[in-house]
Formats: sequence, structure tokens, C-alpha cells
Amino acid sequence: MSAATLTPGTTPTQAVRPLPRRSFLRDTRIVLVRELRPVVRDPFSLVFGLVQPLVFLGLFGPLLAGSAGETLGGDVWLWFVPAVLAMTTLFGTSVTGSNLQLDLSSGVHERMLVTPLSRPAQLVGRALKEMVPVVAQSAIVLLVMLPFGLRPDPIGAVLTLLQLAVLGIGVGSLSYALALAVRKQEWMFWVVQQTVLFPVMLLSGMLLPLETGPAWMRAVSSVNPLRYVVDSSRAAFAGDLLSSAVAWGWVAAVATAALGLAVGVRAMVRSAD
Amino acid sequence: MIRTQALIKDFVVSRTSTVHAVRGISLDVEPGELVAVLGPNGAGKTTTLRMLTTLIPPTSGTAQVAGYDVVAHPDRVRAAIGYVGQGGAGGASQLVRDELVTQGEIYGLDRRTARGRAGELLDALDLTEQADRKIESLSGGQKRRLDVAVGLVHEPSLLFLDEPSTGLDPHNRANLWDHILRMRTMAAEPMTIVLTTHYLDEADTFAERVIVVDHGQIIADDTADALKAELAGDLVTLRVAPEHAATLAAVAERAPGTRSVDLRTRDEAGGAASTVVIRAADGPGATPGLLRAADAVGIEVTRVDVARPTLDDVFLGLTGRSLRETAVVDPTGDGPASDSRTTTNGTANEGTTKKEVLA
Repeated sequence: MSAATLTPGTTPTQAVRPLPRRSFLRDTRIVLVRELRPVVRDPFSLVFGLVQPLVFLGLFGPLLAGSAGETLGGDVWLWFVPAVLAMTTLFGTSVTGSNLQLDLSSGVHERMLVTPLSRPAQLVGRALKEMVPVVAQSAIVLLVMLPFGLRPDPIGAVLTLLQLAVLGIGVGSLSYALALAVRKQEWMFWVVQQTVLFPVMLLSGMLLPLETGPAWMRAVSSVNPLRYVVDSSRAAFAGDLLSSAVAWGWVAAVATAALGLAVGVRAMVRSAD
Repeated sequence: MIRTQALIKDFVVSRTSTVHAVRGISLDVEPGELVAVLGPNGAGKTTTLRMLTTLIPPTSGTAQVAGYDVVAHPDRVRAAIGYVGQGGAGGASQLVRDELVTQGEIYGLDRRTARGRAGELLDALDLTEQADRKIESLSGGQKRRLDVAVGLVHEPSLLFLDEPSTGLDPHNRANLWDHILRMRTMAAEPMTIVLTTHYLDEADTFAERVIVVDHGQIIADDTADALKAELAGDLVTLRVAPEHAATLAAVAERAPGTRSVDLRTRDEAGGAASTVVIRAADGPGATPGLLRAADAVGIEVTRVDVARPTLDDVFLGLTGRSLRETAVVDPTGDGPASDSRTTTNGTANEGTTKKEVLA
């Protein structure tokens, strides 16, 4: 037996085995592919996330057209559908931390932490995956609305999907960070998520124009990144691709993604104890 | 393979309270050993394992695992070890084969090699039929075999198993162990295995070395047989009428080879019955002498039972508590010292529990 040939304290034999080459990109791809597998295998699961936006489109859209159609001027769908896409993104990606909660309570997360897999990559890979449901669900909403007379600027629509994908990375990362932060009191996840979600939604001017609200609401909404993304989407759908609204939308989406990734990576690196 | 020195882990629970989970563990494990770390819940087994697998840093002390320091070179340690945690390793919505391939890729295998390795492991662990099923649809035993497969993908030279068979029925437990031991010998060099368990028979049957941990410290470290012979001894149980019990206990105390005597009275269907339980170095050899001594004072012994010691007896001998009652309830309130000869009367609940176990 090999034990006999070793004097205590010497480096055991397997230490000569070279470490496999690691790269952050490769690790991120491994995590991303693993996270995508259940989505790709069961694409129908994406449809469940569409129930809520479709309810808003079907039951709130007509009310909006009736009550605020004139103030909005012109096409209500061009005003409301971009908002519904942002809503889909927000609702879909803000709950994704619950997937990580499952992995935390089973042994999956722990198993990953004992492997040499880069910890930042474990967060980034998961966050990048959020782009897939965001784009797929938004595309479905757009297709569903075409027969109802939605006619967005095609380039504007594509750019909006991309911007929402970037926003989704950020919101998804924050959701993962939340799941990691409250891993010892799991129920807190939903308390915080719900508490943050609705103010962010209403203060983005998603459902009703903020222009008709009080000054303090407009002031608060000016620090809400979602508001800029919603404004940007509306401008892009209307074909106003080079407007400052679109530029600010990108700033807000990228800033959210950067902040989310930074917070998320930090939480992931500390998630072992 | 593993070398720790005065490993300590404290958890600060609040400003006023700190849990000393591990209080100075120094340990050497040579390549190829199969070691069981045995102890009640809360003894510090899992905390120790979490330090050795780089999950948490020690508060103080050092640990070298597979040749590398766990704090200075966690990546080197992670690349070398396999780990099967208490929880399930497979994601519920993943397919069995996919998880194994992913794990292979994590350890640096290319997709093709990882697929090949996954196939081998599925075959070796009897999971080929389940390869394309979702993990959530597997049975408890199948899930646990998958956990082991996941831990073995990169052919680690050192495998940690944290309570590998908790929650499995005896049949599945035996089956899991068949697989683990086969995988161990199939490896090019015999795999070192360190497992934690609170199943006595698991440590007894499979481990070549047993480390008993209590209150965050190693209190014994040897083969199961040596521990039993040194620390427990055989158990001779004599049944007599209640009125003779005290006399017999006194006789037994004086008999050569007796380490301790316990006296118990229980109400049974056929009236009260007393038993005198004698711990002796050599039970079968001591019994004839005990019976002659009883005869000499006119006591009729109605039933004799000689039991070989278990690891539970070892733990009882070391701590005065039974492992089966688990629980490190109060770190300061230890049970009676047991190496000295003690004569307790029949209401001692600790003794009763143990007697039922041994009967």
C-alpha cells in the first residue's frame, strides 16, 4: 500500500497531478449551461410567467385606453406594451433567487462550493441565464399583441428586448444576492421581494403616467432605474431611437446590471459559512 | 493525506455567546485509510469536515488536506478531494446524466471525457436506467448513489462522506456501502475515505479506524475492536428475583475481572424482575465464576446473557452517556464517571435504554 512508502509529512502522491486549467469564462459557461438545461428542456415553463402580463394587457389595457387614452395621445398599445415587457422582466427575474434557495436548502450549492468552480462565476452564470426567459417571454408578448394592432418600430423593439435582458441580469443578480443574504431565514426572501417590487413598479410610471402624479412621486421616481428603462422602451417602440430617453434607459439598465453583479458576487463569495 | 493541528472553530452566536464547535482537533490520516468519525449530534463532526473541505476557515489551528493547507490553497484542496455532503448533490430539475457531466466539466474534463466518465459512474453505481430521468423522480437510495457518483467524478484520492446513509433503510444502506467499497478498491490507488456517522454499526462494520468525537474534541482513536476491548468490555446480564439483586450485585463487584456493576429492576408481565449487569474484560470467561459465586451465597440466577460490546458501550465508557440518546444537551452536565465501579439503582434511565439495546 502506498502508505508504507510515504513518510509522514511529505506531500502525498496526487499533489503532482497538475491543476486543470481554469478560466472564469469557462466556469461561467458551465454554470450558464447547467442553469439553462431545465428551461430548454421544458420551455413551456416560460408560459406560466406570462399569465400576469397577459392579464394586465387584457384587463388593464382596455381600462387605460378608456380613461387615459386622450392624455397619452395616440396609440395606447405603444405606451402600454413596453411597460408590460418591463413588468414581465421585473416579476420574472426578481423571483429567481428562490431557485437558488432550493439549491441552498438541498446540498447542491454546498457541492458547488467544494469544487474548484469559481465563486463569482457561480453568480454570473446564473445571472446571465436570466436573459433567456426575459427575451423569450417578451418576444411572446410582442407576437401576441401584433394581431391587436401593436405596430412597434422593429429595430426599437429588438433594442428594447436587449435592454430588458441587461436589466434582467441586474435584477436577477439582486434577487440571488437577497436569497444568499437571508439564507438563514428563508421566508424573509418573499417579504423583501414583495416589499420592494410594488413600489418599484408603481414608481416607474408603468401602469399610469407619472406626469399626472404629485411632484414628490416624480421626484422619487427619478432615482428608480426602472422608470428610465420604461421611458426608453416607449421611445424605442415609437421609433425615437436616438432620443435621450433611450440613452438614459441604457445607462439605467447597465448600471443596474453592474450594481447587481457586484452585490451578487460579493454575496456568493461569502456564501459558505 | 490529512494532517491537522489544534484545529479550533468558534461560532459567535451573539455578543455574549460563542459556540465552541471544535476545540482543538489534531489528527493524522494516512493515504488509503478508511476512517469513521463517530459522535453524537452537535459533537463537532460536521464542523470539522466543513473545515477540511474548505467550506469554512478554522478559527485557529492548521489543516493540511491532500498536501495543501486549507486556508492558503483552497483551490488545490478542492481539486483533490471528493465530497458527499449531508444534503443531496443533484438539482431537482436536472437530469441524472447531465449533473454528472457538469461535475466532470467543473473539474476540467472536456465534454467528451466527461460524458464517458458519467457513463462509467452510472454503470458502476447502478444508475444507468435512471440516467435520463429528472433527479426529483429518484428514490432515496438512488439519489444517494448519485451523490456518491457526483463526488467521485474526478477520481479523488480522498473522499469525504458526511453522514452518507442517514435516512436510508438498512437494505439501501448496505447497498450504498457495497458501491462505496467497490469504488474504493477500483481506484488506481486505494482511495482514502473519511466519513462522519452517528450510526454505530456503520462505523463498526466499515471503518478500519474509528475516531470518537465529543464536545468538539477527539476522545478516542483506534480500531473498533481495540476500542471495544480497552474501553468497554463484555456485558454479562444476570436475572434474579428482586430480593436477591443487591446481594448478587455485591458478589459481582468482588469477582475478578469485573469493571462495573449495574442493578436494574423492572416490572414485567410476570411480576417484578431484577437484572444485574456486569461489565467485564472477558464476559464468557467470567460468567462461570459469577454463577458459582451466586450459588455459594444461595442465589438462583434464572437467566444469563453475555453480549459483546458495541461502539455505543465505548462511548458510554468514555463519556457516561449513550450515543443512542444522541444530544449534547448540556456541555457541563456530564453523566456519572464510569471507569470507576458504580452501583446505580434500577431507576437510572440511561442504563435502561442501553439494556434494551443490548438485550
